[in-house]
Amino acid sequence: MTTPQIITTILIVALTTLITRVVPFLVFPESKKIPDWAVYLDKVLPYAVIGMLVVFCFKDTPITAAPYGLPELIASLAVVILYKLTKRMILTIGGGVIVYMILIQIIFVSK
Amino acid sequence: MIKTAFKHAFPKTIPVFFGYLFLGISFGVLMIGVGLDWYWAPVMSLVIFAGSVQFVAVGSLLTAFNPLTAFTLTLAVSARQLFYGLSMLERFKSVNGKKPYLIFALTDETYSLLVAENVPEGADRGWFYFWISALNQSYWILGSTLGAVFGMFLPFNFKGIEFAMTALFLYILLNQWEANADHAPTLIGIGSALLSLAVFGPERMIIPAMIAILIGLFAYRKRRERKTDSARENGGACS
Repeated sequence: MTTPQIITTILIVALTTLITRVVPFLVFPESKKIPDWAVYLDKVLPYAVIGMLVVFCFKDTPITAAPYGLPELIASLAVVILYKLTKRMILTIGGGVIVYMILIQIIFVSK
Repeated sequence: MIKTAFKHAFPKTIPVFFGYLFLGISFGVLMIGVGLDWYWAPVMSLVIFAGSVQFVAVGSLLTAFNPLTAFTLTLAVSARQLFYGLSMLERFKSVNGKKPYLIFALTDETYSLLVAENVPEGADRGWFYFWISALNQSYWILGSTLGAVFGMFLPFNFKGIEFAMTALFLYILLNQWEANADHAPTLIGIGSALLSLAVFGPERMIIPAMIAILIGLFAYRKRRERKTDSARENGGACS
C-alpha cells in the first residue's frame, strides 16, 4: 500500500468506528425517552457480546489438523487458572500470552 | 473544577493504564512485526482509538487497498459499540461541550469504568468523564508507540503476541461470569457465535452472530418475564 492509501484506510476505519459510537446518540436524542427494549438490551448485551468475541478470537484456529488447536486450548486454560488464582488483569493476560508464545514458538513448531 | 475532577479520575484509570500499556505494546509490536512503519501506531491510536478494531485494521493494511473491505470489517468488529452508547444516553447529558469527545473515546474499557464509577461528590461530571476517557486514550497511545518503537530494536520473536486480545476477552468473560448469576446472556453469545461460525464460516460470522444474539436475547426476555410473572403468581421470591 502507498502512504495515501494507508492514510485513506486509517481514516475509513476511524470514521466507521466513530459512526458505531455515535449512532445511539442520534437515534435517542437527549429529549427522547429510552424504550424498554433498549433498557433490556443494555443490561444483557455486554455479556453476549463478550461471549461472541471470545469465539471470534478462535475462528481461524485449525482444529482438524495438527496441532488441533492445542496451543490455544492450553493457553486459554492457563488464562482461566491465572484468573482464578490471582484475579489480576495484567497477570492473567500477560501469563496467558507468555504461555501461548512458548507453546507456538518452542513446543508446537510448525513446518 | 478541572483539577478536582482529575484527582478523582486518575486513580480509577490505573488498572486501565496497565491493561492499555500492555495491549498497546502488543499492538505496536504487531504493527512493526508485519512491516508497517512505527509512526502509524500513534496515528491510529489517536484517530481510531479502538483496540480490537486496530488489531483487525493491521490486517487490512497488509492486503491490497480496498476501502469497502476496511469499512465492512470495521463495522463487523465494532458493531457491538452501537449498544454501548445506549447506557450513556443519560450519563452524557449536559456535560458542557465534552460530549463529542466522550462519544468518540467510548471504548470497552472506558465504558466499563464509566458505568462502574459514580461521579464523586464535588467533582464535575463532565470533567470527571473527560479525564477518564482522555487518560485512557493517552495510555493507549503511549503503549502502542512504545511497542512500535521497541519492536524495531528488539531482536525478539513476537509470534503469538496477538493472543493478548483473546486473553483480554477471556478475562472479561470470566469477570462477568463471576459478577452475574444469570449466565444465559453469555451462553446465548457463545452459542450464537459458534452456530454462525459453523454456518457462515470465519470470514462472515460476526453480523449473523449479532442477529442471532438479538433473536436469542429477545426470546430469553419473554421467557424471563414469564418466569418472573409465574414466580409472582406463586407468591415465590423472584431472583
